[in-house]
Amino acid sequence: MAACAPSLDSAPSLRQPFDHGLLERGAQLAAIGDCYGCHTARDGAPFAGGVAMHSPFGTIYSSNITPETQTGIGAWSERAFARALREGVRRDGAHLYPAFPYDRFSLTSDDDVHALYAYLMTRTPVHATPPSNELAFPFNMRWGLALWKAMYLRTPTPAARNDASAARGSYLVEGLGHCGSCHSPRNALFAEERDRAYQGGDLDGWHAYAIERHTKAPIPWDADALAFYLRNGWHPGHGVARGSMGLVTEQLRDAPEADVRAMAAYVVNLMGAPTPQRSAQGRELGAAPLASARNGPGRGGEIYRTACLECHDGTRPMPFGGLPLTLSLGLHGESPRNLINVILHGLGPGEGQTSPVMPGYAGALDEDQVVDLVTWLRANLTDETAWPDFRKLVRESAAMDASQLMFPPGGAGTDPLAAKAP
Amino acid sequence: MAAFELNGRNVTVDAEPDTPLLYVLRDGLKLNAAKYGCGLGQCGACTVMVNGEAVFSCLTPVSMIEGKRVTTLEGLGTALAPGKLQQAFIDEQAAQCGYCIPGMMMRAAALLAKTPHPTDAQIREAMQPNLCRCGTHMRILRAVKRASE
Repeated sequence: MAACAPSLDSAPSLRQPFDHGLLERGAQLAAIGDCYGCHTARDGAPFAGGVAMHSPFGTIYSSNITPETQTGIGAWSERAFARALREGVRRDGAHLYPAFPYDRFSLTSDDDVHALYAYLMTRTPVHATPPSNELAFPFNMRWGLALWKAMYLRTPTPAARNDASAARGSYLVEGLGHCGSCHSPRNALFAEERDRAYQGGDLDGWHAYAIERHTKAPIPWDADALAFYLRNGWHPGHGVARGSMGLVTEQLRDAPEADVRAMAAYVVNLMGAPTPQRSAQGRELGAAPLASARNGPGRGGEIYRTACLECHDGTRPMPFGGLPLTLSLGLHGESPRNLINVILHGLGPGEGQTSPVMPGYAGALDEDQVVDLVTWLRANLTDETAWPDFRKLVRESAAMDASQLMFPPGGAGTDPLAAKAP
Repeated sequence: MAAFELNGRNVTVDAEPDTPLLYVLRDGLKLNAAKYGCGLGQCGACTVMVNGEAVFSCLTPVSMIEGKRVTTLEGLGTALAPGKLQQAFIDEQAAQCGYCIPGMMMRAAALLAKTPHPTDAQIREAMQPNLCRCGTHMRILRAVKRASE
């Protein structure tokens, strides 16, 4: 791969009106890829970019992907668009940073690229230039990315022919859906670690949990529950999506149900069949969530009983009632990061929609009290071993601005009460 | 037992550690400005300040405020000598039924302590956790603005 790729012509190859069916398919694919989530800043115009992504090398800002000719992709031909998506090369030939997950988008088919192009080229053009990337030398030298791509770009493998739905799930999860971009640990070069795929990763203040056999979900996921969660942003046995996952589920509401089901089935397959013991525990928890809760001594318990249990007692239906915390992956997962974020910053109300709301305790709880509470919750409401020292995470979360951490909150659908969970 | 500073005075209360601060204030100390609304931290009627931050006193166990500085509406002024923020709420006639107003004022007081001259957008964002069922929001926002001028 060349250190710099050629610049491509600026005349869009398609200026005629796009077929309506093509646009609809493009919209659905864009929802699965969550283009909106990374390319729309808080209070910014859709797809106009400017969202900051933090990497070990510095801050990268997402680009304007509206069809505006000077600052967006209005002058891009479909060929240039396809090259950017699948090879990570800008129209002028410069390499793009892998914060844009072209290492996975490389798997996207020609037909799907065509539909995505049609969809994005018919959005409202917005004149907006994102802030410049803040990267330290040598990471500000884009030519080095050619080498990165040679090592990490994925190539499509022939789909299994025997099961169309399984092939579809694999294609969407591994490619456009780029689940692994957040849910896999990254190496020193910010590439996903292939041999630890889907074992969980940290990104922008959140932890994306393991979604393979290391999953700690107290009630093992099944495909029905996961498909419901992905499309609605909550499930009575698992809680609500928050952080960037809230954005993902908000988008997946607009994806075809069959596609989301295929993705859910693929991910549940990654998790593997739970052991009989886990299944039995899950059934017990589902039947009587708080029966296994212990009530050990400590200040954390006092906080839990007054501040948490009032809502998280399982007497009000989800998503507006609090999840009994024995069911929360936040308490059981491999990292306390998300639990700490939610304790400190709560769940903000959805903009112009019904949604679960939780007050943040940043003002009420000091650092020691958060540490006490998190330690107590883990010890009394789960059978997991204590987390290693996490005081640093509490400090990091407290220093973050809630709005920067929370994204525009998604979570519940337009009418969560009408949705019936499996 | 819990000892803390309340409106500038040191107090010691005899209560179970997980008793909500709201109950201690209203039942034990007879300070009735903070109101019981939902008991779930969703309405803001119980808002008081702890170490300068607005908190829901209904969800705050008294053991958590040991040694801290609590300010309730009573700490901002009296009926005869209202504080600046209280006077601004009177001037704008911001109360209809008035149930939410003590919480509104404490939320606003916490904002103004940190940001003495907030923009309209900052006021809206800060006041967002507190609900008013009568619908005097516009007057409340004007009162907070007035108090900052």
